[in-house]
Amino acid sequence: MLFYLFVTVALLSLSSYYLGRKRAFAVAGSHIRNLHSLPSFYGSYTALWCGLPALIVFTVWATLQPGVIIELVVASLPPELQQLPPGRLNLVINDIKNLVSGNIVSSSPDAAILAAADHYRHLQTTGNAALWVIVIALALAGITYGWRTISPQLRARNRVEHVVNALLIASSTIAIFTTIGIVLSVLFESIRFFHKIPVSEFLFGLQWSPQTAIRADQTGSSGAFGMVPLFTGTLLISGIAMLVAVPIGLMSALYLSEYASPKFRATAKPALEVLAGIPTVVYGFFAALTVAPLIRNLGTAMGVHVASESALAAGLVMGIMIIPFVSSLSDDVINAVPQSMRDGSYALGATKSETIKRVLLPAALPGIVGSILLAVSRAIGETMIVVMAAGLSANLTANPLQAVTTVTVQIVTLLTGDQEFDSAKTLAAFALGLVLFIVTLILNIIALTVVRKYREQYE
Amino acid sequence: MNTTTIEVQTTLDSTPSPSIRETSLSSAQIIGYDHQQTVGRITVDNPKMVCRDVNVYYAKKCALKQVSLDIGTNEVISFIGPSGCGKSTFLRCLNRMNDTIPICRVTGEIKLDQDDIYDKSIDVVQLRARVGMVFQKPNPFPKSIYENVAYGPRIHGMVNGKAEMDELVHESLERAGLLKEVESRMNEPGTSLSGGQQQRLCIARAIAVNPEVILMDEPCSALDPIATAKIEELIDELRENYTIVIVTHSMQQAARVSQRTAYFHLGNLIEIGETDQIFTNPRHKLTEDYITGRFG
Amino acid sequence: MNKKPQRDIKTIVNASLARRHAAERRFRWYGLIAISLGLVFVVLMFANIISQGYSAFWQTYIELPIHFDSAVIDPEGHRDPHVLENADYAALIRASLRAQFPHVEGRRNLRDLYNLVSSNAPFRLRSQVLDNPEIIGTEQSIRMLASATVDTFVKGNIDRHIDESLRSIKNQEIAWVDQLQASGQLKQRFNTILFSKGDSREPEQAGIRGALMGSFYTLVVTFLLSFPIGVATAVYLEEFAPKNRWTDLIEVNINNLAAVPSIVFGLLGLAVFINFFGLPRSAPLVGGLVLSLMTLPVIIIAGRAALTSVPPSIREAALGMGASKLQMVGHHVLPLAIPGMLTGAIIGMARALGESAPLLMIGMVAFIADVPGSFTDPATVLPVQIYLWADLPERAFVERTSAAIMVLLAFMILMNGLAIILRKRFERRW
Repeated sequence: MLFYLFVTVALLSLSSYYLGRKRAFAVAGSHIRNLHSLPSFYGSYTALWCGLPALIVFTVWATLQPGVIIELVVASLPPELQQLPPGRLNLVINDIKNLVSGNIVSSSPDAAILAAADHYRHLQTTGNAALWVIVIALALAGITYGWRTISPQLRARNRVEHVVNALLIASSTIAIFTTIGIVLSVLFESIRFFHKIPVSEFLFGLQWSPQTAIRADQTGSSGAFGMVPLFTGTLLISGIAMLVAVPIGLMSALYLSEYASPKFRATAKPALEVLAGIPTVVYGFFAALTVAPLIRNLGTAMGVHVASESALAAGLVMGIMIIPFVSSLSDDVINAVPQSMRDGSYALGATKSETIKRVLLPAALPGIVGSILLAVSRAIGETMIVVMAAGLSANLTANPLQAVTTVTVQIVTLLTGDQEFDSAKTLAAFALGLVLFIVTLILNIIALTVVRKYREQYE
Repeated sequence: MNTTTIEVQTTLDSTPSPSIRETSLSSAQIIGYDHQQTVGRITVDNPKMVCRDVNVYYAKKCALKQVSLDIGTNEVISFIGPSGCGKSTFLRCLNRMNDTIPICRVTGEIKLDQDDIYDKSIDVVQLRARVGMVFQKPNPFPKSIYENVAYGPRIHGMVNGKAEMDELVHESLERAGLLKEVESRMNEPGTSLSGGQQQRLCIARAIAVNPEVILMDEPCSALDPIATAKIEELIDELRENYTIVIVTHSMQQAARVSQRTAYFHLGNLIEIGETDQIFTNPRHKLTEDYITGRFG
Repeated sequence: MNKKPQRDIKTIVNASLARRHAAERRFRWYGLIAISLGLVFVVLMFANIISQGYSAFWQTYIELPIHFDSAVIDPEGHRDPHVLENADYAALIRASLRAQFPHVEGRRNLRDLYNLVSSNAPFRLRSQVLDNPEIIGTEQSIRMLASATVDTFVKGNIDRHIDESLRSIKNQEIAWVDQLQASGQLKQRFNTILFSKGDSREPEQAGIRGALMGSFYTLVVTFLLSFPIGVATAVYLEEFAPKNRWTDLIEVNINNLAAVPSIVFGLLGLAVFINFFGLPRSAPLVGGLVLSLMTLPVIIIAGRAALTSVPPSIREAALGMGASKLQMVGHHVLPLAIPGMLTGAIIGMARALGESAPLLMIGMVAFIADVPGSFTDPATVLPVQIYLWADLPERAFVERTSAAIMVLLAFMILMNGLAIILRKRFERRW
């Protein structure tokens, strides 16, 4: 429904462009030179008057409407339902929504909820109808105003350019708002979490078992929220990944940039970059169904017990995923080292490997460190591979053959499936998200600064 | 360029030794290469390097045409000519630096003492240790001053122990006239020096290996006049022990530092001779035009 | 000056030359080994997935003679659609199977027998009868979907020689399958279900159409949002923005956003779009919103690169002709830069297509059997479908997962290929 309204406004806006242009020709008479701006600017001017206010109202209304309707529906509910704790109330609201959209509801709905659903449906229809009327009216009013104000003296180009400039600025701020949104969304929920669980316990606790006990006599459901085992697990898997990715990625980059013939480079480099294009879920599948059993069987053959969700399997595959990341970043860095450095070394009679080891690598070191930091940040934040191939049990261990869990695995586990929004369990996911965001942010900023400084040095 | 109007014939001031071929190239001349015969005496009595019929191709383009000349022992020879004339290309042939450019191909014969440097049996590592090079822009490694100088001796395994290395580094810096300026800050990065100091550091780096020949590719073009004067002074001192080939843009510099001068033009070696003669009494019209500043 | 003669450089260098060249060769080998390892991984992964998944494009069918017994379907003979709809079609299949294998006795054995045919077969019969009630009373040879176990066995993915207790197909079932195969009633056909159906709990009935449509809707939203905004931002930062702290901040922000873990975007989507704005869970609309925030930095960075590659002389020429800055950008710079921006956008879209972690956060991970029909229908996307299937233990799902991966990779290759072609076609050297 709302989609059609959107299309209607767009069409109106388009036609008003032609209206405005025609009007400009009309007011100019036979002397188009009399116009301040080109006729197309008068068209755009009218189109903006038509579309912009209508779309702003449309967006605001469409985003606010569901919330307002729920408020109204809740207000109309019988008092005993309104008094329910927030969690239960949410379930009731969900039931109502499901009824409205015609889905099957878990329990047989009672009269109050049925009535509320009717009310909801009624409000929704009224709201949508009102929105149609208001938006279309605004669009038409905009056309009329724009059309009437067109005169040869109207500085249409300047006005249009002002609006376009404002739109450009608005788009560029979206990146800022995204960051603010991320920070606020994880921060607010984290603060609520820290009201329930003290920060010190979260940061330094050695126990992680988020399943809060339903019955007092349940064991293993202590509801402990100490993130140390998660963090060590993350570091273990990322560490294994870096052990795979850094030597292979770096050596590949060195070979490609220093030794390979242009022809070989032209084929091998894109082939290697295929690894970067493969979706992470594919790596996860590969890790869980091929690599993990392989390692386990290998371990069994050698008489070593290997957990079926060992950190080694996840780390290895994550390492493979990161190879092209390390290699293409290092390739850039190595190529930024000026040729004169190499020439200087060759002219003294150094071999290629001596030049690489003694001149190129020291010169490129800051850049390489920066790229490795970016790769580490990537490994820490990687989700699908570990969700599919690493375990759920939070073991505090450095043994790569055991199962460990990671921060991202726990976020996914805590937030998928049935959840109530206020429990410490769900909020813990946001606290973990906050930690993840801060750690990767620090790594990224250090890495990006180091790499930028490095580049400036050779520019 | 009109190649048919050359009137000055190749003349030899002394009888050449029978082992050295003459520059009568008419039979070997390749059609379409716009080759010009060299004017002046290309041989010397005591050659360190002997180059004959050197052609250089970049992909299919011929950048250097049938260049033949001798480089005398302990002499300073300078290559001059307008930009793009092939003088730097020729210089880079002398220690096979052109090998680092994949599309570059060199034909002809270049001998260092008795060894043909393009022969398969010659190791380029060894060759470059014997023929050092200093570049247009100072290019110290991103290491300390000490390590910059110690780099060559270290990779070639020339010294045993720290004391010997210290001595060699000091001696090289001394000979490059830099020791006084950097003695107190040997561990600072080489890039912290001024441009002229950096270039002298690069010279120190080159002579630390104790090469037989030093190639200099416009070593002063990035330097101010005072630094340039110091480098020129240095070249004069180094002549005692080394053979020096210098490519330069500046005719004054060539006149000041070199005993012999070769003038290149569009890939041809046009004229070669004693520096005094080239600058006072050029025989070829092109040389004269260049020296008198008609083009450049 | 040089009083004490140094040793001859030639001999010094020669002394260590062999060792140095050996080191050189070693180092070269390390590089070659590293790069071959990387390439081997690529090949291994593709080989692994293709070998596991190619068989999923065929599906086993059982052809059975079905007697459309009017006593079972329509005892009263009125052809009342309501009656036809609720008739016990499974009984027809049971009767046919019993007739084919008369020796099978006992409830448990019979149930095994009936399980040869997929559980959706009665629905197929029903729709056939509803389409054409004439066939009631006749006997027709009907092709029915075989169960996943039979399918897996026929494709050779279950070893018949291992102990019965270790495999999911019993000895007697193998005997029946062999008999059907011998009589030519077992056929392999191209698996259309994979491309025409949504998810299902039964592997043989599960398809990726739902996920494909979900991915499509999600990507449409992503593209419609991220491309215009990305281009506008790139244009602003590159052409209009003054160099000050504010634009520096935006730049740092964009570079950093490109490196924020994708799951954090999922948290943002959950907290802002679903909990704050009350948008529906599991909807492609929300998925598209989250992915467009993720793709935005990619498009902006590519867009800026495309803009900087337009030489300043063109800008000067336009301004010199008296064009306003906006006209200069709109008429000259942007048309030249748009192929590069599109290339960046396609690569960003390909990445968004493969993204799954943030979508798990916003509920696109639910089991959804219906093919979504709009931007707000509950849906899942192809990579999440792969994730869901990868978790299921049946061998038949492993096959389907690999097949879904092959489809996903095919789309990725297609999109990246398109980007490469676009780049080649419009590449311009100034």
